[in-house]
Amino acid sequence: MTAEKKWELRLYVAGRTEKSVMALSNLKKYCEEHLKGQYRIEVIDLMEKPQLAEGDQILAVPTLVRKVPQPMRKIIGDLSDKEKVLVGLNIIPA
Amino acid sequence: MSKKEIKHTVHNKPLEKTPTGITGLDEITAGGLPQGRPTLLCGSAGCGKTLMAIDFIVKGATLYNEPGVIMVFEESAQELSTNVASLGFDLDKLQADRKIKIDQVRIERSEIEETGEYDLEGLFIRLGYAIDSIKAKRVVLDTIENLFSGLTNEGVLRSELRRLFHWLKDKGVTSIITAERGAGTLTRHGLEEYVSDCVILLDHRVIDQVSTRRLRIVKYRGSTHGTNEYPFLIDEDGISVLPITSLSLDKHAPTERILSGIPALDKMLGGQGFYKGSSILVSGTAGTGKTSIAAYFANAACSKGNRCLYFAFEESPKQIIRNMKSINLDLDKHVKKGLLQFHASRPTLHGLEMHLVAIYKLIRTFKPEVVILDPVTNLVTAGVMSDVKAMLIRLIDFLQTEQITVLFTALTLSAVVSEQTDEGISSLVDTWLLVRDIEANGERNRGLYVIKSRGMKHSNQVREFIITDEGLDLVDVYLGPDGILIGSARMAQQINEQTGVALRDYAVSAKDREVTRRRKVLEAKIAGLQTEFESVEEELNKIYLQDELKKQIADKARQEVLNLRSGDANRVMKVRRNKK
Repeated sequence: MTAEKKWELRLYVAGRTEKSVMALSNLKKYCEEHLKGQYRIEVIDLMEKPQLAEGDQILAVPTLVRKVPQPMRKIIGDLSDKEKVLVGLNIIPA
Repeated sequence: MSKKEIKHTVHNKPLEKTPTGITGLDEITAGGLPQGRPTLLCGSAGCGKTLMAIDFIVKGATLYNEPGVIMVFEESAQELSTNVASLGFDLDKLQADRKIKIDQVRIERSEIEETGEYDLEGLFIRLGYAIDSIKAKRVVLDTIENLFSGLTNEGVLRSELRRLFHWLKDKGVTSIITAERGAGTLTRHGLEEYVSDCVILLDHRVIDQVSTRRLRIVKYRGSTHGTNEYPFLIDEDGISVLPITSLSLDKHAPTERILSGIPALDKMLGGQGFYKGSSILVSGTAGTGKTSIAAYFANAACSKGNRCLYFAFEESPKQIIRNMKSINLDLDKHVKKGLLQFHASRPTLHGLEMHLVAIYKLIRTFKPEVVILDPVTNLVTAGVMSDVKAMLIRLIDFLQTEQITVLFTALTLSAVVSEQTDEGISSLVDTWLLVRDIEANGERNRGLYVIKSRGMKHSNQVREFIITDEGLDLVDVYLGPDGILIGSARMAQQINEQTGVALRDYAVSAKDREVTRRRKVLEAKIAGLQTEFESVEEELNKIYLQDELKKQIADKARQEVLNLRSGDANRVMKVRRNKK
């Protein structure tokens, strides 16, 4: 992990559902637009690793967790509202 | 028609139940909660929902070997362990033994942004993972309604909850879902719409400044259940629900007898005292010696090596021991031997149910043959009359099943006791002794009646009940010419009678002496007359003899003359013979 990757994002999904595919493609799109080169996305499929759900307090899927920078933020849903996602991740000011 | 069908299916496939292990709850639900189905446990804040749910899980893990998952939406897992530790549950150890699993779901509204479509598959996965990891049979969701405050999309939530409860059924786990009570509805968010197999309502009410928790089964699909409100309480052993009465009246009735400690009272009870395992009520107004009777009974039991448990609601044990010394009763030695145990508590210390459970527990641990409650009437201060009666019914039921003889004392306030029964329990008890003040001639005395005593020939007489330095005794009341005499009047009458006897004795002996004297006089007189008679007789005899002699002499002389004149002896002989 290099220093310039200052955005660490984790996307929790449960299988390849329509919502999770949509969420991932949305997320990639926003990141490419605003955080090019300084982000890393980790996709966790809870169907495969259910034990990880407890750690980040995942209830809903898909859930996007911003691990870095602190504080942790969570965005749930298919991330279809671009404005909300960017504000929620603090990429653009509210 | 449709009703018949329903009945039919019920008979065909009896509902399987999962025992909760909570004392009393399994009795009311006729076996436990519906197996493999969710049960809704609702109630207002602080009525014990969480504790009951956790009790269900812990009992399942410890008693029935059914591991359980607790998913908390409110407290943190650590807080939860600490909170229930006061109930004797060691959640940390159970977790380490993989008997239970606690998963805490925390939703911070401020951390979460919602954009677009989502579902709660994450929750399902977590729960499913927790269940599978310890092969859980029981699940508690406490309180899932908190999701409503964490997530805004109610439409998604509702459809997901519906799916969750179906999913729980498919998983075959018996689950409890707790929910806060709403205004006018069972739950704030209408969960009863989704969980409809079994609904239990908890309630916490304060009546007369005494709070009681109550439980009611609102609904239990496909099963009979008790419909009443049942008081329950939470103490260091978890939750106990108290069914108002036991369902049957099929107790064993021993014929063994147990002495009351007062021989004269035993005599009134057919000579052998009470039946073992029976219930005895001693009622009376203040200061009539109820406690003394109770203490004597305790003493009699302990002297035979039996154990006695004495619940004092009025006096402290030390007070009772001191006071009983004044009537020559040493209870202290039994206490030291461990045969007599006092348990004193103010009735207002806690609610009636708590008292009842405290009594149950002590009885279970001490295993006494005799239990004394002195006085039960004081319990009224801890509850209303009907509650006290219900409690005593349960207590008597319990004691009879355990074959324990119980003696209640009851304070009656009104002087007219016969019509008013004490706490309404006089109909429940087997033997009812009434100690009553009898006021006459400016003094109060105690009278003891045996009003009833089932199954034995008991005296119908009033006995005077006296308390002296030597102890208790019963004496027959004196039935004088002016009616019943008691107390000093009886004493006076007895003295009177004793004087009478002495006087009569004296009079009798005086008369006896007179008779002897008379007899002597008479005898003397008789002797005098006898002598007189003898002298008269002698006189008379003397004359007669003289005559005879004279006649003999004359005859002799005449014979001689005849002989001389003729010499004809034969003729003379003939003459003499004729004469004879």
